[in-house]
Amino acid sequence: MALTRLHEIHARRFGRNLGVGLCLLAFVALVFGLTIAKVSGQGATEGFDHVLRPDMVPPAAEAPGE
Amino acid sequence: MTDTTVISTEGEAGFGDYVALLKPRVMSLVVFTALVGLLVAPVPVHPVVGFAAILFIAIGGGASGALNMWWDADIDRIMTRTQKRPIPSGKVGADEALALGLALSGFSVVMLGLAANVAAGALLAFTIFFYVVIYTMWLKRWTPQNIVIGGAAGAFPPMIGWAVSTGGISVESVLMFLLTFMWTPPHFWALALFMKSDYNAAGVPMLTVTHGHDATRRHILVYTVLLAPVGLALAFTSIGGPATLLAAVVLNLMFLHGAWTIFRRSTEQALADGYAAEKRVFRFSLLYLFAMFGALLVDATLRGLGWDVMPWL
Repeated sequence: MALTRLHEIHARRFGRNLGVGLCLLAFVALVFGLTIAKVSGQGATEGFDHVLRPDMVPPAAEAPGE
Repeated sequence: MTDTTVISTEGEAGFGDYVALLKPRVMSLVVFTALVGLLVAPVPVHPVVGFAAILFIAIGGGASGALNMWWDADIDRIMTRTQKRPIPSGKVGADEALALGLALSGFSVVMLGLAANVAAGALLAFTIFFYVVIYTMWLKRWTPQNIVIGGAAGAFPPMIGWAVSTGGISVESVLMFLLTFMWTPPHFWALALFMKSDYNAAGVPMLTVTHGHDATRRHILVYTVLLAPVGLALAFTSIGGPATLLAAVVLNLMFLHGAWTIFRRSTEQALADGYAAEKRVFRFSLLYLFAMFGALLVDATLRGLGWDVMPWL
């Protein structure tokens, strides 16, 4: 049977659930913002991607006598 | 079978009741002083990291407030001023306050450690421990000097803010700590003089009750004298400057004058004019702390603009 009559307690419960939900959403947004801030603070990142790229190889010292 | 249903409202607190557990008014002082500590530090902080750090410091402060209300629920029930708090009024269970306090403590410390650095997280953890265990559980009901030691817990936030930026502790951050630390006793005792409270019934040793009003007046003067050099010293550190120096000189003279007035008065005189001087000094003490930290911000702004007004520093 559906709950037909709303008690004051239901409003309170809803307010609490809404508050917790908004807090969780804000936390997600905050962690996302922190991630952006921390990652962009390091500058461009370049890593090995299974394919050898010539610009990643340190320039070899010229062999003597050549 | 009956057609009436009894719904117990126990354990059905609204969201606002949980917010009240975090002592939002105390939190505002924590946020302001932590923010100043962070902004005046020489190492720039990314705005998002700074915002997150201040938020986690505030949550940590709120968590210690919830743990304080959990432990003090018995005396909060006795004193009129605190009877409307969430636990004594029956809106939130004591076990819920304990759970919320512990969960938010762990959350805020770990998140501050991750968002800023380990030093800031550790300082926040120590602050919560100090307020809940050293002050609330141990000293508050044991010694009339409880306000002095308890003030230390409220004085840590600018040090945490500084640690968020620099990752450590320095002379500047210790002086910012001392400013709030030395300010708390005269501020609170001025309030205790004119506020009719029932600490006695609750068994909390308050200086006004244990040693009387005259001793409290002496204590206010002594601590105000000890407070004065802290602000002046701050003006001559790397975070000080003309605004801090001016504020320290003017505000300390005014505070000392107020403390001297309080010291010279007797309880009869105070009763005759309804504690006018004590109330004035209490209100001024709020302005004092706000203006001192505000002056540090002004000097940081001046430095940011490249105005080296006191180059010899």
